[in-house]
Amino acid sequence: MTDVIKEDQVLDCSGMLCPMPVVKTSKAMKELQSGQILKMVATDPGAPPDMEAWSRQTGNELLRSMTEGGKFIFYLRKK
Amino acid sequence: MSKSDPNAPKRLALIASKGTLDWAYPPFILASAAAAMGWEVAIFFTFYGLTLLKPELTAAVSPLGNPAMPMKMPFGPEGFQNINWPMPNLLMANVPGFESVATGLMKQTFKNKGVASIEELREACVDMDVRMIGCQMTMDVFGFKREDFIKECEIGGAATFLEYAADADVQLFI
Repeated sequence: MTDVIKEDQVLDCSGMLCPMPVVKTSKAMKELQSGQILKMVATDPGAPPDMEAWSRQTGNELLRSMTEGGKFIFYLRKK
Repeated sequence: MSKSDPNAPKRLALIASKGTLDWAYPPFILASAAAAMGWEVAIFFTFYGLTLLKPELTAAVSPLGNPAMPMKMPFGPEGFQNINWPMPNLLMANVPGFESVATGLMKQTFKNKGVASIEELREACVDMDVRMIGCQMTMDVFGFKREDFIKECEIGGAATFLEYAADADVQLFI
């Protein structure tokens, strides 16, 4: 049983291919305060490895990465 | 502007030397992705790549001499869309308007698949403060003026780019 993560903002990147999910995520994160959580939804199969790399490079923590109904869902906490 | 601070962000230095639609994508994709990761990015637009700094992007694609380019149809059933149409160079060279057809097909296929347009990618780069340097020498050779290019770019030469690239973590020639 995994804890429920409560997001502060949702970003839907469904239908977008590289590099737009990363670009839009970066833009959305700028609007958040430190500690707030962004939920990002994508359909690009390249998004899981890319979001992990983006998280490592930016220092914004990837709290959870999961697949739900053919979509990739990411919870990211702003550093 | 040397990168003497060890905590400074990573730096990407790109040379964009090609002006066709297919080759316009890599520099703008890599630049926007790097900027989205918090990196500092500069692109040096030289030779045919310089036209990517024009306000109206007219980049086209030529399958001529591009033998590995798949020709796909952006419409119809999936099986039809997956057919790779063989296009011999001899045929393409003789059909008027073939380049504009190929360009239209590529733009539509990319759009259908969810790839951003070159305009969108360039705008994202501008928004994220990607430094864009137009090559002065190319301008002189091809007869361009400063006002032929977007106001967000700067004009410089090899030394301007090399000084930046010397301190870059990643340097790529495209």
